Amino acid sequence: MKKIVVLVKQVPDSTEIRVDKVTGTLIRAGVPSIINPDDLAGVEAALQLKEKYGATVDIITMGPPQATEMLKELYARGVDNCILITDRKFAGADTCATSSTLAAALEKNGFDLIIAGRQAIDGDTAQVGPQTAERLNIPQVTYVDEIIDLKENSVVVKKSLEDSEEILEANLPCVLTTLSGMNEPRYMNCNDIVDSFNKEVKILTFDDLGIEESKVGLAGSPTKVHHTFTKEVSAQTETFNVSAQEAAEMIAKTLKEKQIITK
Amino acid sequence: MDFMLTEQQKMMKKLFSEFAEKEVKPLAAEIDEQERFPRENVEKMAACKMLGIPYSREYGGAGADYLSYILAVEELSKKCATTGVVLSAHTSLGTWPIAQFGTEAQKQKYLPDLCTGKKLAAFGLTEPNAGTDAAGQQTTAVKDGDDYILNGTKIFITNAGEADVYIIFAMTDKSQGTRGISAFIVEKGMPGFTVGQHEKKLGIRGSATSELIFNNVRLSKDQLLGQEGKGFKIAMMTLDGGRIGIAAQALGIAQGAIDETVPYVKARKQFGRPIAKFQNTQFQLADMQTKVDAARWLVYDAAMKKEKGLPYSVEAAKAKLFAAEVAMEVTTKAIQLLGGYGYTRDYPVERMFRDAKITEIYEGTSEVQRMVISGAMLK
Repeated sequence: MKKIVVLVKQVPDSTEIRVDKVTGTLIRAGVPSIINPDDLAGVEAALQLKEKYGATVDIITMGPPQATEMLKELYARGVDNCILITDRKFAGADTCATSSTLAAALEKNGFDLIIAGRQAIDGDTAQVGPQTAERLNIPQVTYVDEIIDLKENSVVVKKSLEDSEEILEANLPCVLTTLSGMNEPRYMNCNDIVDSFNKEVKILTFDDLGIEESKVGLAGSPTKVHHTFTKEVSAQTETFNVSAQEAAEMIAKTLKEKQIITK
Repeated sequence: MDFMLTEQQKMMKKLFSEFAEKEVKPLAAEIDEQERFPRENVEKMAACKMLGIPYSREYGGAGADYLSYILAVEELSKKCATTGVVLSAHTSLGTWPIAQFGTEAQKQKYLPDLCTGKKLAAFGLTEPNAGTDAAGQQTTAVKDGDDYILNGTKIFITNAGEADVYIIFAMTDKSQGTRGISAFIVEKGMPGFTVGQHEKKLGIRGSATSELIFNNVRLSKDQLLGQEGKGFKIAMMTLDGGRIGIAAQALGIAQGAIDETVPYVKARKQFGRPIAKFQNTQFQLADMQTKVDAARWLVYDAAMKKEKGLPYSVEAAKAKLFAAEVAMEVTTKAIQLLGGYGYTRDYPVERMFRDAKITEIYEGTSEVQRMVISGAMLK
């Protein structure tokens, strides 16, 4: 039976975030935490594969101990095992350190197929899934909109680009990054909610992973934030006095240049 | 009394709240307008294992606690009181008597299908001449060898026609009065069992409410629920639990009306400012929420006493009496705060106001609840 591992992140609900008008920073206090939407689609895709082909679905997340609550909710949706990577030494990790840590945990846990959400709504980097694939030296397909077939040694997926779609087959094991629109995640259900309180969340700490301290947390994070600011949006206007025919051509040309239309 | 919900109850509430918002709310106005039973909601609830919440896993239930079930009725009723009562009648009135009084064979036969939603349940006690005076049963079940022959008519039955399994009360020995009443499990499709006209109602219009007609329906002795002559006790005990469900429905309707009113008064401007800035609005809202929270304490108290195996008959009566009257008061005030708009079907408070009224009537009128409460005080 195949072992599917989904990488999941708990994020603040961005629809509830307000900005402090004085400091310009996000007010995170009192903002509820949710399962990152692209990741939840990945969980649903994994559960559907489990139902269709038979598989186990494991969840790995890195975060503070309160991420346990999210993991219980994933048990309540029917996943098999939840693993929380948590240690003060992992704090302050950027995507580089995060992918190193996740890769170490994945190697320890084992995997046939790794699914990660395309990107998290709090950072929007879309880097952790691809970096993890690189660190494990396995193939990756990003922007997956549909998992078409899970074969013995490969997976067939539809990758969704802005103006086209690609059907790709990747050898297993590999990493897929999923889009939130690809499915309608199932609800929790009452039976699995009850059972989730009898299931253990497995904790992995720094000592469990056998990874160099210089590669994790703040020490392993080359990203340095020097300054944050609110981007000003200014509309630049140009005026042309041309005929309707020419105007239509100019508009079409501009839309093509900006890849808003393709033909 | 400790009403801090457990982590498990909080997770249940989160499920019910999301489910109600995404699945139930979008249909609420339509099923009311069309007087259509929300079969799709039943199927979706079944998928979330919501149809056997407090029953054991052995019989197909979720194995959760009673308050979790009550939270489901409350959350559903915030968006759609019809869906709330479908679940309440199924769980409290139709399924509970089998779980509580059924033989092992009856439990094995009926509970798994009821708890997983393959079948829906209902309860038939009320008759044209036996409403509040439930002891005046005229439906009869006459012994014929090992069988019983059922004749009579039940009215105002929730889930009628939609349900597959009915708990029906009938006189097996008229000379014994209430001690001559017995309970039976009757299945849809049995020869001689038909469903009459759907009632056209003021509220909960999506709920199927009809007459049940029994014309020489032959029941085997295996369909007798509990002992012969114990039916009235079974009915009264079942209604004690049902009342907590209806109290939760009333509570949900009331909170749902407040939830609609708050954003409205913040957005609606008169005299150059949002009506939320007027003290009348503020004081009305404060009174509404205070009463709803008081009702919630009574409802949860009754549910937790039932869960713990403590007596809960009087607590259930208090919860239903108070929550139902609060639901009427709060929905009335909600319409007043929304003014002319609130009186139209463009806003859901009009429906909530109509839905609230039944909670003062069914599963024991408010007057019956007062009889139960004062009876316990004066005995």
